Amino acid sequence: MSQVNNFSNHRLVNWFQLSSPSAFYPVAGKLIPFFWALTFLFGAAGLWVSFFVAPVDAVQGQGYRIIFIHVPASWMSMFIYLVMAAWAGLGLILNARLSAMMAQALAPIGAWMAFLSLWTGAFWGKPMWGAWWVWDARLTSELILLFLYLGFIALRASIDDPRRADKASAILALVGVVNVPIIYFSVKWWNTLHQGASVSLTKAPAMAQTMLLGMLLMALCFWMYTIAVTLMRVRAIILEREAHTDWVRQLIEVRN
Amino acid sequence: MSALLAMIHRDLLLVMRRKSEVLTALFFFVVVTSLFPLGIGADTALLRKIAPGVLWVAALLSTLLGLQRMFAADYQDGSLEQLALSPQPMVLLVTGKIIAHWMVCGLPLVLLAPVIGIQFGLDVSSLTVLMATLLLGTPVLSLVGSIGAALTLGVRGGSVLLSLLILPLYIPVLIFGAGAVYANSVGLDATGHFSLLGALLILALAFIPWVSSAAVKIAIE
Repeated sequence: MSQVNNFSNHRLVNWFQLSSPSAFYPVAGKLIPFFWALTFLFGAAGLWVSFFVAPVDAVQGQGYRIIFIHVPASWMSMFIYLVMAAWAGLGLILNARLSAMMAQALAPIGAWMAFLSLWTGAFWGKPMWGAWWVWDARLTSELILLFLYLGFIALRASIDDPRRADKASAILALVGVVNVPIIYFSVKWWNTLHQGASVSLTKAPAMAQTMLLGMLLMALCFWMYTIAVTLMRVRAIILEREAHTDWVRQLIEVRN
Repeated sequence: MSALLAMIHRDLLLVMRRKSEVLTALFFFVVVTSLFPLGIGADTALLRKIAPGVLWVAALLSTLLGLQRMFAADYQDGSLEQLALSPQPMVLLVTGKIIAHWMVCGLPLVLLAPVIGIQFGLDVSSLTVLMATLLLGTPVLSLVGSIGAALTLGVRGGSVLLSLLILPLYIPVLIFGAGAVYANSVGLDATGHFSLLGALLILALAFIPWVSSAAVKIAIE
């Protein structure tokens, strides 16, 4: 056997080997059904808890149940930006193609999450505050986050050379990540009308346990969905960008 | 240091030979701010209230107009590559270009703002605060904008893309800049806004030249 295989046998999973698109592609393909299964599992449990178990809110009535989509989407939109910037930075430092592809794959999902968060927020705001939109700190910074995602996607799309697009968009993502807290606090000091955070780590959550459970289950569902879709997107991007290589041409799905 | 000064001198010289480009951005600033009273009406109290925001947004947009010129001409005629090959550190040269851009696109706005401010009925103390915020804020606009200018070099539809990339990053400057004038006009203390603007300027000065020079290097690779 070759040297490479001997080396890889030392560990259960050789992570560095996985950084090559040709090695990652089949592994990602095997993982996707697993994450889809978890998505449906958590989704079904979360929806059941949020619709049938969680009590009716004393103030907001049934309308509050949009929280089970709204809050996970907001969490994911912020978290995906961090992960995306981390992958982009890793790609910039290590000059790794796959990391940049991960960042590229995450951007549209993050943008959708930000959009979903704003959209459901509008539906929630109309009955509760009487307005589709208020210029409040959290809404405004979520909107700006959406703009940052769109800027990242637009910059990537307009540079033809994929390697240059990787690096340029990585710089933009890193600049964005430094700016997100600055923007958040500047907008927060500018205006605050939003209700206080209902989930916090320091004090006991100000909501019923079952509501929290439903929200956490839905958040897990969103996580698994994000991972599954990211892997699917990365596989498509790999096929597109590595189309000139032999191993892609050998793939059954490509030959057919 | 002499490289920095030489870079500033060269860029200013180039601008002086083509004055129309600079004057266009300044003229844009004046026209945009003059459009607001025409659109909203000549209600003095209302105009006085919206003046800080209008002036700051117009300053943002007119800075944006000049940004594409920062690297684009040098990129097209190849002198940017020559600069990158020179023994001088790229960071210094990029900083020189940013300073030149600010002197051409930022400083005139600071000087022009009081004239526009008078049209909007601002009093003397508001005008002073407005000028001070612009003096602190416009360098940040030039610095942050340089990242976008470098990233969109030679890109299709670069100018529209530049505004999409950079305008969200301008928001903190806009908030604190216009906020200071507003706070002052309603009798609140504006020193907090000034401290934050100063902090933004220091942060931007400390990091952005490196980011921009990295972005320039990616573009000419």
